[in-house]
Amino acid sequence: MGVALARSAQWTAARYGTRALETTPLNEAILEEIMMFVESFIYKHPQEAKYVFVEPLEWKTNLDPSAFESGYIVSETTVKSEEVDKDGQPLLFLSVPHIKIRSFGQLSRFLLTAKDTKLKEAQACIEANEGPVTKILGLDYNTMKEDTSVVNILDKITKEEDPASEIKMKLGKLLEQLDLHLLNHSLRHISLEIRLNPTIVKNDIELLKHFSGKGEQTVLESIDYTSDYEFSNGCRAPPWRQIHGEICYVLVKPHDVETLCITCSAEGVFLNGGKTNDEGEINYERKSEIYKDLVTFLKEKSAKFSENMSKQDVRFSEEWKKEKEEPKEAPKKEEAAAPRKALPASSKSMLEKNQINFGKSQMTKRLEPSLNWKATIDFKEHKSLLRDIQEEKRGGRLESKSAEKIEEMISESSSESEEDEEPPDHRQEANADLPSEYWQIQKLVKYLKGGNQTATVIALCSMKDFNLAQETCQLAIRDVGGLEVLINLLDTDEVKCKIGSLKILKEISHNPQIRRNIVDLGGLPILVNILDSPHKSLKCLAAETIANVAKFRRARRAVRRHGGITKLVALLDCAQNSGEPAQSSLYDARDVEVARCGALALWSCSKSYANKEAIRRAGGILLLAGLLKTSHENMLIPVVGTLQECASEENYRAAIKAERIIENLVKNLNSENEQLQEHCAMAIYQCAEDKETRDLVRLHGGLKPLASLLNNTDNKERLAAVTGAIWKCSISKENVTKFREYKAIETLVGLLTDQPEEVLVNVVGALGECCQEYENRVLVRKCGGIQPLVNLLVGINQTLLVNVTKAVGACAVEPESMMIIDRLDGVRLLWSLLKNPHPDVKASAAWALCPCIQNAKDAGEMVRSFVGGLELVVNLLKSDNKEVLASVCAAITNIAKDQENLAVITDHGVVPLLSKLANTNNDKLRRHLAEAISRCCMWGRNRVTFGEYKAVAPLVRYLKSNDANVHRATAQALYQLSEDADNCITMHENGAVKLLLDMVGSPDQDLQEAAAGCISNIRRLALATEKARYT
Amino acid sequence: MNRKKLQKLTDTLTKNCKHFNKFEVNCLINLFYNLVGEVTEWQGITIGLDRNAFRNILHMTFGMTDDMIMDRVFRGFDKDNDGCVNVSEWIYGLSIFLRGTLEEKMKYCFEVFDLNGDGFISKEEMFHMLKNSLLKQPSEEDPDEGIKDLVEITLKKMDHDHDGKLSFTDYEQAVREETLLLEAFGPCLPDPKTHMEFEAQVFKDPNEFNDI
Repeated sequence: MGVALARSAQWTAARYGTRALETTPLNEAILEEIMMFVESFIYKHPQEAKYVFVEPLEWKTNLDPSAFESGYIVSETTVKSEEVDKDGQPLLFLSVPHIKIRSFGQLSRFLLTAKDTKLKEAQACIEANEGPVTKILGLDYNTMKEDTSVVNILDKITKEEDPASEIKMKLGKLLEQLDLHLLNHSLRHISLEIRLNPTIVKNDIELLKHFSGKGEQTVLESIDYTSDYEFSNGCRAPPWRQIHGEICYVLVKPHDVETLCITCSAEGVFLNGGKTNDEGEINYERKSEIYKDLVTFLKEKSAKFSENMSKQDVRFSEEWKKEKEEPKEAPKKEEAAAPRKALPASSKSMLEKNQINFGKSQMTKRLEPSLNWKATIDFKEHKSLLRDIQEEKRGGRLESKSAEKIEEMISESSSESEEDEEPPDHRQEANADLPSEYWQIQKLVKYLKGGNQTATVIALCSMKDFNLAQETCQLAIRDVGGLEVLINLLDTDEVKCKIGSLKILKEISHNPQIRRNIVDLGGLPILVNILDSPHKSLKCLAAETIANVAKFRRARRAVRRHGGITKLVALLDCAQNSGEPAQSSLYDARDVEVARCGALALWSCSKSYANKEAIRRAGGILLLAGLLKTSHENMLIPVVGTLQECASEENYRAAIKAERIIENLVKNLNSENEQLQEHCAMAIYQCAEDKETRDLVRLHGGLKPLASLLNNTDNKERLAAVTGAIWKCSISKENVTKFREYKAIETLVGLLTDQPEEVLVNVVGALGECCQEYENRVLVRKCGGIQPLVNLLVGINQTLLVNVTKAVGACAVEPESMMIIDRLDGVRLLWSLLKNPHPDVKASAAWALCPCIQNAKDAGEMVRSFVGGLELVVNLLKSDNKEVLASVCAAITNIAKDQENLAVITDHGVVPLLSKLANTNNDKLRRHLAEAISRCCMWGRNRVTFGEYKAVAPLVRYLKSNDANVHRATAQALYQLSEDADNCITMHENGAVKLLLDMVGSPDQDLQEAAAGCISNIRRLALATEKARYT
Repeated sequence: MNRKKLQKLTDTLTKNCKHFNKFEVNCLINLFYNLVGEVTEWQGITIGLDRNAFRNILHMTFGMTDDMIMDRVFRGFDKDNDGCVNVSEWIYGLSIFLRGTLEEKMKYCFEVFDLNGDGFISKEEMFHMLKNSLLKQPSEEDPDEGIKDLVEITLKKMDHDHDGKLSFTDYEQAVREETLLLEAFGPCLPDPKTHMEFEAQVFKDPNEFNDI
């Protein structure tokens, strides 16, 4: 009863002063149950009913003395029961309105007397009597119970050998039974209610956010979570608060009230103590009543909210309904699932356990009413209770740790780009059936803790026989506290214990949660230290464990901070000096094995930028290059894997080239092992950005194996790596020729459909490079490659779009291909990609449009047919991305070839926009800008306008650039502009004549011509002026 | 003992011992006589280390603590069962103790663990050897419960023919699967650290090895 009352019954908030039970259905149900129990007590247990309470239950009653009938001595204001205790005191004493009752018999009768008001009486009784069990059975009973050593009480009771005590104990049992019954009952009750869950809360908050902000019309000024971090179960409360069912905390600023700090929990929404200090700690204490949801709560707290809500109501409620309908189904389904690891779940399991124990004791009681049973049964009970408590403690501790970790994670700088997300901690469901392994492992851990080294080794060996790849076992080891012991063992001097422990850690650290736990328990520094051990097998095992653990950023950083990288690199060295005398010890592994484990660990670590750097500084590249010469596959995989990770860094690529690593990579492409092939291809992909490397790959005969690996499409990862390598290699023309020879292009076209995006990106990239050559363009068209390419234009992957647009653009150079593209509406698709938010895609699409416009029949008509297309292009000139600007200028150059279109873009204000761009140092942009300007001069008074917008002077400066293309384009633009007299003057003022005179001497005919034309225009103007002056 | 005799002794022992070279044998012989003390050899009476002296060495030099295991190690050394380890038994024993192959060590360890020498390690023997391996927990109902359980765990792990006792075959198979089980019932070989210290000290300058 005590537990049920304390935990389940919903007490009103403390601020109401006296304790009061809220009138909720749950509480009423509990009261009903208690009443039924009490009422029937006198019949069911007549003996126990006579037992006199240690302290009377007292409360204020509304019952009139006149209600009492036979068996009572009734006066006007007092009632005494005729039943008295051994000292002659009445067991019921009423002195209006106070009543004292001292036995269950009297309680039963009292309730029968009370009839209709009994519910109120029972409520009053429970409200007034804190800890009724204590009062009934005495203080020692209750405190002992809290001590959980039921044994003691029983001992005490049995020693006394007093019939009264026997009854007392029975009574205790009965009350306990009632307690369980109540808890069960209330659980059933609770589970019937639809309660808040993270999804609902989140939707509510999102919706409210939608309607908050500054201004009078909004419902709130602001609403924000206190924490940005969301656990995978949707909660934002720290794990140790989630136990209490709390989901998240929200800071709400209504228009008319101070900021409210609100707790959203599974039970409902209430005000908490707010942020206590600057560090953002929240005072979790409940400070208000519980409301059923956030809106109800806010309506209560803020009048403005309620008012504005009703205004918004129509709009709001629609969305509200929509949002609410979906998740409403969810919670029921997820009843037992993770999101609600709230109190009910755990208490339920405890209840179940207790019930089992209880059932046992009940049974034995009936069978064997001697003294013996008490000891045995209660011992079991005692043990299980102890275990529960231990588990609770452990759970609590670890969870608070994980919370610290989360804070740490948030505060961490994100200098390292790649990271795996740290999965949130999933404790094993408290109510899940624990497998038998769990108990066996628990026993073994006990021996690990309490045994000397002999026992420890036996326990470790036995533990190793469990299926450690299975998550149940992995988590069981952790949950019974085995992880701490295993890590502690690493710190001892016992080589055997260390080896045994590492063998287990190595296996269980495949589990992401265990990895995190190992790091949290400070395992990494110890592991790193073991790398210095004289025993090679210890080194191996430690390195392998590190390889498993260092799969996430924090762990990798820890390895580096503790000097692990240098030590791991040193392990690689072992294979070289094999002249070392063999140790006769049992604990030695082969040198090659040590190096392999070292490489494995480095591979894991090399996913962080800083670690790559550390490996390089420790001289890792040379050693890796050395190991690459071996022929052991299991050595090569981690070595190539590490190299491949590191090749993302420029330093490494240079070293890889210098250390003749490419040769070995190519050699291993021919290996049988798919993983090895994959990593080799990946490494080549990373390195082939560099021209020399691409040539090296060809010279070492790497293109053929790459091409032949294309035919095996089952292993997508390898395919992605291989196509990547092909893409990068085909940047070199010579390589493309080779690929054509090996029929790789046909195969690539075949890979354009039904492949994952990673593969597609590379395939399309490779085709884009190949199509720079005429033969390949024809080949792609003949193989039917254009259709799938155009189809890919509707994708959303940015990298893929960049490559696809490039490939389509390359194909469009061929008029025949262009016809196909046009027929497939490819140009429209390209044009719409100009709206893509990503600048690279925009630029690439604009570049691709150029050949399309050049080669399409009726290009002008086609361009005009895109509604709003020309305006879109002109507006892209406002971009601040140089590549986009250059590409759009190029597109405008092509568009402007059509007079009508030129007129349209002039109307859209292309001239001022182009003029504004003139002040740039980017040669690519300069060239295309100059071309665009020279084209745009062809319409109306655009020449004059360019002059007005001061585009001429900067253009003159372009002539000082080093790029011949810029010279040509600029000279042509200047020639066009020089048709206007004012522009000629500007040019002359800016010293164009001298620069142009130099250009006339250029071997480039177009440039010569344009420069000469321009000079002649300037000269003619000068002559005309002179003439005018002297006549 | 005169030099000639010593020379001869060294030669014979070196011939019979595959793990030590002549220099090492010489060092160990010197150590032996240092340990025994300058007792002149009486005709017919073999001199050697008696049980206590030997146990003292095991304890001081190799850090062994378990009385029973040390007794068994002594028996392992004392091949002729005459109650003392003579010089050839000393050399032979140490060759396995320090440098033995896995096979030799397995044989040696099994003999140590087979308390009654019947060729099997029985449950009772295991119990006896593991008796002190667990910390007594006050809450434990039966302090031997844990040990019994540990014996069962060991049997489950090592008793491949399920006859409730370990034959040498069982033991050998288990150790080959998991080398850690070599000294399953108690440390009877030097641990790597003391082992290295011992060799370093003895084979460097045996004359200074007086303080044991």
